[in-house]
Amino acid sequence: MTLSEGTGLAVPGAATEPPGGAAQKRSWAGESGESVARNLVLVGVLVALIVIGAITQPQLYSDSTWVWNNMVSILQLASVVGVVTVGMTFVIIGGGIDLSVGAIVALAGVWCTTLATQSYGTVGMIFTAIVVAVSVGLINGVLISYGRLVPFIATLAMLVSARGLAAAISGKQTQISANTFINSLASDRVLGVPLLVYILAVVAVAGWVLLNRTTFGRRTVAVGGNPEAARLAGIDVKLHTMLLYGLSGLCCGIAAIMLTSQATSAQAAMGNLYELDAIAAAIIGGTLLSGGRGTIVGSILGVLIFATITNLFAINGLSTEAQNMVKGGIIVAAVLVQQFRFKSVTQFFARNRATTTS
Amino acid sequence: MSEPDVVLRLTDLVKTFPGVRALDGVQLEVRAGEVHCLLGQNGAGKSTLIKVLSGVHRPDAGTVEWLGQPVAFANPQAAMKAGIATIYQELDLVDDLSVSENVFLGHEPRRLGFIRRGAMADRTRRILGSLGHEEIPARRMVHALQAAGKQVVSMARALSQEAKLMIMDEPSAVLAHDEVENLFRIIRSLTAQGIAVIYISHRLEEIREIGDRVTVLKDGRTTAANLSAKETPTSELVSRMTGRTIEYVFPPRPEEPPQREELLRVDGLTRAGEFRDVSLSVAAGEIVGIAGLVGSGRSELLETVYGARRADTGTVTLGGRTLRPGSVGSAVRAGMGMAPEERKSQALLLGEPIYRNMTLATFSGLARLGFTDAGRERAEADRIAASLDLRPRDVRRPVGTLSGGNQQKVVVGRWLLGDTRLLLLDEPTRGVDVGARAELYRVIRRLASEGVGVLLVSSEVPEVLGLSDRVLVMREGRVVRQAPSHELDEDTVLDLVMAGSLMEGTPA
Repeated sequence: MTLSEGTGLAVPGAATEPPGGAAQKRSWAGESGESVARNLVLVGVLVALIVIGAITQPQLYSDSTWVWNNMVSILQLASVVGVVTVGMTFVIIGGGIDLSVGAIVALAGVWCTTLATQSYGTVGMIFTAIVVAVSVGLINGVLISYGRLVPFIATLAMLVSARGLAAAISGKQTQISANTFINSLASDRVLGVPLLVYILAVVAVAGWVLLNRTTFGRRTVAVGGNPEAARLAGIDVKLHTMLLYGLSGLCCGIAAIMLTSQATSAQAAMGNLYELDAIAAAIIGGTLLSGGRGTIVGSILGVLIFATITNLFAINGLSTEAQNMVKGGIIVAAVLVQQFRFKSVTQFFARNRATTTS
Repeated sequence: MSEPDVVLRLTDLVKTFPGVRALDGVQLEVRAGEVHCLLGQNGAGKSTLIKVLSGVHRPDAGTVEWLGQPVAFANPQAAMKAGIATIYQELDLVDDLSVSENVFLGHEPRRLGFIRRGAMADRTRRILGSLGHEEIPARRMVHALQAAGKQVVSMARALSQEAKLMIMDEPSAVLAHDEVENLFRIIRSLTAQGIAVIYISHRLEEIREIGDRVTVLKDGRTTAANLSAKETPTSELVSRMTGRTIEYVFPPRPEEPPQREELLRVDGLTRAGEFRDVSLSVAAGEIVGIAGLVGSGRSELLETVYGARRADTGTVTLGGRTLRPGSVGSAVRAGMGMAPEERKSQALLLGEPIYRNMTLATFSGLARLGFTDAGRERAEADRIAASLDLRPRDVRRPVGTLSGGNQQKVVVGRWLLGDTRLLLLDEPTRGVDVGARAELYRVIRRLASEGVGVLLVSSEVPEVLGLSDRVLVMREGRVVRQAPSHELDEDTVLDLVMAGSLMEGTPA
């Protein structure tokens, strides 16, 4: 017999009673109200950055064609890192970190643009990039889950060796992509927007659904939020952790194709420091570095904020050095804000507990 | 005014936590140079008392008189400075520092900001010598020492700050048998220097050997003070510790059912250093309780049955199916569920809503093609919340906002959602207030009446006796007694778990 049948006995009416109708309406706010608020703050920051752009360069912003093109270029700038960040967000929510994403992008990009691979055509190149990237991600996952390596160390080692392999395969040469389909992903536009941006949109939506609407996503939150509780509830924490790194690899594979398309070539140095951009974007987006909490929307907003800052510096003719310093400051500020919020939330819990039990 | 040799006097000490009155009128008087033993069951308030004395908690009422002056320690450093040192069971040493660095941690002898390493090592050697342990090298890393050595270092640290009172919380628990004698020798040398020792132990034989006077606590109150450690009869000590003043309401046991089907069979289960050769069985609809002290291997046993630890030898069979050792998944699929000892760290996602915590083991089953069905999960969780009388009932609230008792209901509720046939409960009422306890007891009994087998571990003997149909008593990793609960009483169980001091050679 099942327990669930028997336990309704105490309150017989309860089983048929629908869960409070009034409460249903505010369910989205009740469950994720905090992250919604956080994301609204991020949207505010984004708007503020654009306003700063308009104030500093009024003559550029008076030209609507330029504004549109600038928006598109920001989105295009964000697209590749955005895809990597979606995978990174899963890994961090699951309680890990993946420092090897940039190196995986490079390895997958180089591997899929070798002359041998290119001879298999578009499908062969895409297939190669995805398989290589997923495999490398799964190797990370196996080392971390079953080899019990600390994620930081395992993926740091992978960062070095994957880029080393990429350099060996390419012979340190830039490999030109002759594939017109792949090259068209960056150059072709639909409704004035490059295909790359659509790819980011698809990956982000898929990531959102995966995180919020599937058992995989639920397991990710559980494994990152409290691995021991997840284990004792019967979740295979090791298997799931391994899969998370595979997922990060998959995103890197997609990003590798996108980046190759953007440059119409691939080389071992591509995707440099993507790990930092992706981690920073996820953190700014409200992903808790210790795991268990984070949103795809927040991460994408984080990527857009970074892309907008880069753009802001570019249109004002400021150096990338100054830009990097500002980015560093923003990361620190974001984490400080996060800690402050988290503290106030736990204090709220503590107060609540005291009042409900006394 | 105190007599000259009384160093510590506690009067009517009270400390409450939300829902619990942990200390409810404690009297204690400790003289210089004596070994004063504290005796009491788990939950009697010993740990809280230690924490008040060492400055971790501040009392709500009552006075602490230290060296004739009323004091209130703001923090552990203040207590330490005043001369009260605590040697915790989990020794608070830094493994990767040397012995002398640990001894002088936080108060290193310095000159112009530089640590005087030579002087520090010299003084460490002198202190170790005074403890009779000059063989411990002052520059050795602490992680290279055995538990007994670490304990000595911890005491040396206390001496380096000129402690006048040392509180030792079950110091013998981490020691092998022959090391206990050595510990006693150290304690004697301390008391010879006029240092007072508060000694906490469950082992009556130790108290007899080392103790001067005994104070007994029960339910946060002093039930007997300043008894002679050598002469007070064991029966008197035990009776002072037992007989709860808070009457728990246990649901009535059902009439003896005719034939119960065996559900769980554990055969010769062993894990080195934890428990040995444990065999037991639980029938459908039966509640089996395991009584034992912390460290008797009971929680480890439960976790091994569940697959959270891998057994060295032995088998676990549920409903005729032998489970894969060390696989929680296998146990859960076979119909086992566990409410672990540490609710917050082992069972709950505190920031997540109640319903997601309740469906943590079943959300995959409630999902369609890998897509979760939050509406159905909420409905199911709401149904369970109603049957468990969860307060507040809104299953969208983060589980961290609930009280301890209601959090425990969420953990138990998790297993009511699936096809759980055997429920393992580790300290189900820890941190749960009295009212909620009675509710949990009713829930557990109702589950059993519906055919679920329950294997329960608790430090509180009355709970095990009152709730279970059958009781296993564990001591030092072995089952020393197995009997229907109506054949046992609190005194007997307590004697059994306390190193067989009274009834040597009990039938196993």
